[in-house]
Amino acid sequence: MARKVAIVGIGQTEHKTRHPECSHAELINEAARRALEDAQLTIKDIDAVLNGNMDLFEGHNLLDTITVDGSGAYLKPGRKMNTGGTTGGTMVTSAWYHVASGIYDVVLTIASEKQEESGGNTTSAIITCADPLAYRPFSTGAVGALAMVAARYMHDTGCGEEPGAIARVKAADNALKNPYAHLKLHLTLEDVLESRMLIYPLRLLHMCPQSSGACALVLASEEKAKKITKKPVWFKDHVISHQECFKRPLSPDPTPSMISQTDAARKLYQRNGVTQPRRDIDVFEMYEPAAWAEIAWMEDFLLCERGEAWKLVERGVTALDGEFPINPSGGVVSTNSIGATAMVRVAEAALQIRGDAGAHQVTRKEPKTAVATAFGGCNWTIMTLLSKNLD
Amino acid sequence: MDEKVGIIAVAQTKYEECKEGVDLSEMIYEVVKEVQEKTGLKFTEDGTGIDSTVTCSQDLWDGRTISGEWAADVAGAHLRPEEKVAGDGVSGVAYALMQILSGHYDIVLVTAYRRESITNGRLVEWMSVDPIFHRMLGLDFRSAAALQARRYMYKYGITPEQCAKVVVKSHKNAKNNPYAQAPKDLSLEDVFSSPILSSPIRALDAKPVSDGACALILAREEKAKKFTDKPVWIKGIGDCYDVHFLGDRDLADCDSLMGAAKQAYRMAGIENPVKEIDVAEISEEYSYQELLWSEGLGFCGRGEGGKLLDQGITKMTGEMPINPSGGSLVGNPSTVAGAARVVEAVLQLKGEAGARQVPNAKTALVHGIDGVCGQVHHVMILGI
Repeated sequence: MARKVAIVGIGQTEHKTRHPECSHAELINEAARRALEDAQLTIKDIDAVLNGNMDLFEGHNLLDTITVDGSGAYLKPGRKMNTGGTTGGTMVTSAWYHVASGIYDVVLTIASEKQEESGGNTTSAIITCADPLAYRPFSTGAVGALAMVAARYMHDTGCGEEPGAIARVKAADNALKNPYAHLKLHLTLEDVLESRMLIYPLRLLHMCPQSSGACALVLASEEKAKKITKKPVWFKDHVISHQECFKRPLSPDPTPSMISQTDAARKLYQRNGVTQPRRDIDVFEMYEPAAWAEIAWMEDFLLCERGEAWKLVERGVTALDGEFPINPSGGVVSTNSIGATAMVRVAEAALQIRGDAGAHQVTRKEPKTAVATAFGGCNWTIMTLLSKNLD
Repeated sequence: MDEKVGIIAVAQTKYEECKEGVDLSEMIYEVVKEVQEKTGLKFTEDGTGIDSTVTCSQDLWDGRTISGEWAADVAGAHLRPEEKVAGDGVSGVAYALMQILSGHYDIVLVTAYRRESITNGRLVEWMSVDPIFHRMLGLDFRSAAALQARRYMYKYGITPEQCAKVVVKSHKNAKNNPYAQAPKDLSLEDVFSSPILSSPIRALDAKPVSDGACALILAREEKAKKFTDKPVWIKGIGDCYDVHFLGDRDLADCDSLMGAAKQAYRMAGIENPVKEIDVAEISEEYSYQELLWSEGLGFCGRGEGGKLLDQGITKMTGEMPINPSGGSLVGNPSTVAGAARVVEAVLQLKGEAGARQVPNAKTALVHGIDGVCGQVHHVMILGI
C-alpha cells in the first residue's frame, strides 16, 4: 500500500539576475543546506537525492553528475528529471513517488537554474522547444505566446489595460515582503502602463524576469515525518496534464486557453471534493510567467467564471489580504529561476500552511489547504494539493 | 517491495548508424505502436489503459529544450501525464516502477530514444563535464575513458588482448541478434589493426554512433496478469552516484557501481551473483568497461575482470553469459542502451530471445550508466 508523504524541510537561495559569487554546484548546495537545516537533518539522513534543471538554459548536459559535490548525492541513489518549465514540479512529484513507493524514506529534491551561464539569452533556448520543421522558424518564445494570451483575454472581456497593471503591482507589493524574491520594485499602476511594449499588449513590466536561484525540499514518509518535524505539510494529490504541441496552432478554435490547466483542475477538484475552489482552497501559488497570465489562467483553473477574473483582481480578491490570495510570494513575474520556479510554488505554498511565510504570510485566515501549479512546455501543467492535516 | 510490478510488453527498433527518412517522433511511434498492439492498451483516462508515460532522453543530444516533446504527440501526452528522466533507460524503468508502487498509476509506458547521427556527440559529452576546471581541457567521455582504461590496465595488469576479446565476443553474440546494428566476424588482429581513437582505445573498442528507440509497458501485479501469462517481475533496483572530478576517485575502481549493485542485490535477496544470476546485460561503451563493471557488480574480485573473461564464464555457453545481445559495443545509442538491456533481459526470461537465448534463464541482471567514466550506475534485477 502506498505511503503518505510530507514536506519536512524547505530551502531556497536568494534569486537574482546573476550569482557571480558561486558555481552551479555551490548554488545548489546553498538551497540543499537550507532545506536540511530547516528539517534539522544532515546529508547522512538522506536516502536519495534528486536534481533537476533545464539543460539548454545553462548549456550543461547531465547537471546532476557535474554538481554531485553540491547536491550531496555522492554514493547515494538519485536521478535527474527535466520536463521544461514544469521541472520544479516534476522534482516534487518524483520525490513523492520515491518515498511513497516504500523504497526510500527520506529524499532530498533540488531544482535550480543559473541562467546567466547561457549568457542570459533564455529566448534562444525556449525557441528550440518548437518543432524544428513546423514551428521553429517563426517561434518567438514565451513573450509572443503570452502576448496572445493577454490580447485574447482583453479582446474577449473588453477589460482594458488596467487589470494587468493591478495584478503586476499586487505581485510587486508581495515580492517586497519576500526576502528571496528577485525583483523588488516599488511600482504604481502608471509605472506598469507606461513601461516599454514588448509585443502588444504585453509590456516589459508584465513579463517575468530571468533569474538564477535554487530551491530544495526534504520529503519523508509518514513515520519519519512525524519524528522529524512538528509541522509536516502533507501531500494530498497531484495531477499532471499535457497538451501536445501541434494542437494549439492548428486548432480551429482560436482561444488560447490552456485546456491542460482546465483538465488538471477539473480532475484535482473532482477527486478531492473541491466544489467551490475559492472557498475550499486557502492559498493558490500559480506559475504565471506574465501578469496577464495570472488573470486569464484564473479562469482556466476554474477559480471563477469566464470573464470574471479581471473583476476579482480589480476588487483586490487576490491580494495578500484578500479573500483568495494568489501568489503571496510575489509569483513568477517577480522571480523566475525557471527550473526551480515550479518547486518554489510548492515551497511557498508549504510555508503558508506552516505559517512560516513571515512578512508575506496571508492574513485573513490560517491556511489549511494550498494548491501549487506548474506551467511549461507547449502547454504542460502540474497541480499539487497540499494540506495541513493528514486526513 | 511489498507489491510486485511486472514488465508486460517490450519493443525495440533495429539499431542503425543513421536512420534516414524518419524523424525522432516517427522512430518513437514505431516502438510505442508495437507495445500497444501487443497488449491492446490505449491511452485512455478511465483506468482501463496506460495511465502515465515516462520518457528517457537528453535535451542537448536531441537539440531541443524539453526533448520529451518529441514523444508527446506519439506517446499519448494529450491531457495525460508524461515525465522525462534525463538519464539512462534503466533509471527510467526504475522510475516507472516507483510511479506504480507509489499508488498513483497502475500501468506505465516507458520509452527511450535517441538519434546520435543528428548530433555532434563529442560536443555534448564535452558539455557534460565540469564547466570551470574540465571543459577548457577539451575533455570528452572518450578521452576520459582512455584515462580510465590506462589506469585500470596499469593497476590490475589487464591486457589489451583481454579488452579485444570482449569486442570479439560481443560481435559474435550480436550475429544472433536481428536488432543489432552491424555485427562483424572479428579476430583479435582486426581489433588491434583498427585505428586508435584515444590511446589505448581503438575504433573497435568503442561503441559506434547509433540511432534507435525502445518501449516497455509496466503494470501492477493484478493488472499485469491480464495482459500476459509471463510477466517479468522487477525484483530489485539500485542507483548510485560517484564524484564528478576524475582526480577525486581511483578510476580503476568503481565504488558507485558497487553501491548500486549492493542496493539491488539486497532488495532481490541475491548473495552470490554469479550463481544466482543466469544472464547479465550490461552497458559498456568501451571494451575495458565490461571487465571493470564485472568487478563492480561483484561477479569477481577487484582486478579479476580479465580472469573472469578468460575462464569463459561470461561467454554464451558459460555459467553467466554477459550480453548475449552483443551490447552497446555493436551499437546502441547511450541512454537508450539501458532500456535495450531491459528489453533484452525480458526476452531472455520469457524464452523469446531466439538464436541468442540462454537456456532456462530465470533471473537476469541489467545495468545502465550515465556520466563520465561511469560516474552513475543503475542496476536492476529481473525474474520470472
